[in-house]
Amino acid sequence: MSLTLIFGLYVFFLAAFTGYQVISKVPHLLHTPLMAFTNAISGISLVGSLLAAGGHYGTVSTMLGAVAVLAATINVVGGFLITDRMLRMFKKKGGAR
Amino acid sequence: MTLSLTETFVQLLYLGASILFVLGLKDLGDAQTARRGVLLAEIGMVAAVAGTLLYGVGVTQVIVRWEWIVVALLIGSAVGTGMGLWIPMTKMPERIALSHAFGGLAVGLVGVVEYLQHGGPNMSTLQITATGLEVALGALTFTGSIMAFGKLQGFITGRPVTYPGQNISNMLMIVGTLGLIGLLVYSPDASWAFYSVATLGVLLGVLLVLPIGGADMPVVICLLNSYAGLAAAATGFALGNNVLIICGALDGFSGFLLGMMMSKAMNRSFANVLFGAFGAAPEAKAVTEGAAPSGPAPNVGSVEEAAEVLRAARSVIVVPGYGMAVSQAQHAVRDLANILQANGCDVRYAIHPVAGRMPGHMNVLLAEANVPYDHLYDLDVINDDFTATDVALVVGANDVVNPAARSNQSSPIYGMPILSADMAKTCVVLKRSLNPGFAGIENELFVRSNTMMVLGDAKKTLMQFTAALKE
Repeated sequence: MSLTLIFGLYVFFLAAFTGYQVISKVPHLLHTPLMAFTNAISGISLVGSLLAAGGHYGTVSTMLGAVAVLAATINVVGGFLITDRMLRMFKKKGGAR
Repeated sequence: MTLSLTETFVQLLYLGASILFVLGLKDLGDAQTARRGVLLAEIGMVAAVAGTLLYGVGVTQVIVRWEWIVVALLIGSAVGTGMGLWIPMTKMPERIALSHAFGGLAVGLVGVVEYLQHGGPNMSTLQITATGLEVALGALTFTGSIMAFGKLQGFITGRPVTYPGQNISNMLMIVGTLGLIGLLVYSPDASWAFYSVATLGVLLGVLLVLPIGGADMPVVICLLNSYAGLAAAATGFALGNNVLIICGALDGFSGFLLGMMMSKAMNRSFANVLFGAFGAAPEAKAVTEGAAPSGPAPNVGSVEEAAEVLRAARSVIVVPGYGMAVSQAQHAVRDLANILQANGCDVRYAIHPVAGRMPGHMNVLLAEANVPYDHLYDLDVINDDFTATDVALVVGANDVVNPAARSNQSSPIYGMPILSADMAKTCVVLKRSLNPGFAGIENELFVRSNTMMVLGDAKKTLMQFTAALKE
């Protein structure tokens, strides 16, 4: 086993536990926005796809990378917009209509 | 190992992004702060993308051409904006399924590019394992989500599709996929094995979702959410990128946790949802024959009769279900509630965790119709109040109010926590027709003496109620 893997596993499990703590406090009310939100942040795969699309590994790689950037961007932009659009609708009694 | 100034800056941007994502999720725990959470995560995303571009240009010089990056970013933003602004709230489960498909596709393709560029043999054991898992999970999420989308949209049958040996063959394919990834570790240049992993992933996505019925979609959507996250985390391991690992873990566990909650709300295990083919024809038939004697006929009321009951009511609990989403009746529900409240009637809403096709589906629809969220109550909070309530108004819900879950041990939904709509003095049920619901289970609530069925489109019926009460 490499040290990189060990470090990676530390990061993964600590993030998972943090996620568990934080997410289990999200009320049923907000579960749909939660899914849209995690969907938007999973668009972080942009980090990988940008490097693939801009690389010099041949046409196939570039094209696949570009499609990946496209798909991830749709998720990031659409995901954040739709989460916010939903959250704007949640109002308490007496709040501005 | 000391990092260059630029790379230090890049890593700090990634660290900042990770912190902002966690803080954003934390803010999402309360409706008051949730929008701030979205803003924090947006800033985090901009930081991560900026960091990546800086890394690609300034540190590794990997990024040498911009045209495709710019084109894809622009088109993606345009499509994303369109989807974000104009998709109707009733189509939210479909949009979530579709976005899981995009997520899976992106991750899967990145995995293929990694393999192409490093050319197998140059990859470390960790890299090749992570890339294999990434491609398998990405492909599975992609086709699985397309299937879920198809089932929700109705161009693939919502009924479970089963065939003999289904679970065994699926299991063999999963084992085969893992075996091929193991093989790649020892001979990384076996590109046939790599592409077989991708192909098996594509097939598994289709085959694993095929036997799952429409009513189980909430669990499937959560699981696909989880797979998309785990695939992203695998990418993080392959690229040695912590922000990917962190986001993937957050996403993966969020989906997993929601799926667990949904399964629990149906009193079923994960395994049962995934491999049980709920509502499969032979099993369900055998059960329903015993469960619902063809004796008592349902008490079908007219709109006028039901409106009279509502006029006299001092307290009403609305129980929405998937039928409300289908007939887009949330605004009609709200209009009726307004009239009732003007008459001095107390109106509340009881939301079952698995009502609808995804977690929180009903809450979003009612919020869209301007129902204040403090009028929405979870099952465990409101369930004891039904006995003291004049009218339970069931709008397009079925299984979540089926008393068989309490009393009939042979029912497939026995043990599932249900809303006690049958305990109200009168239970008014809005339903399209007397046919059994999606899962094919008879509902004895419909033939109870205190139940009044009003048949027809829920939205139209509700508007007629409102008109009648206005007189």
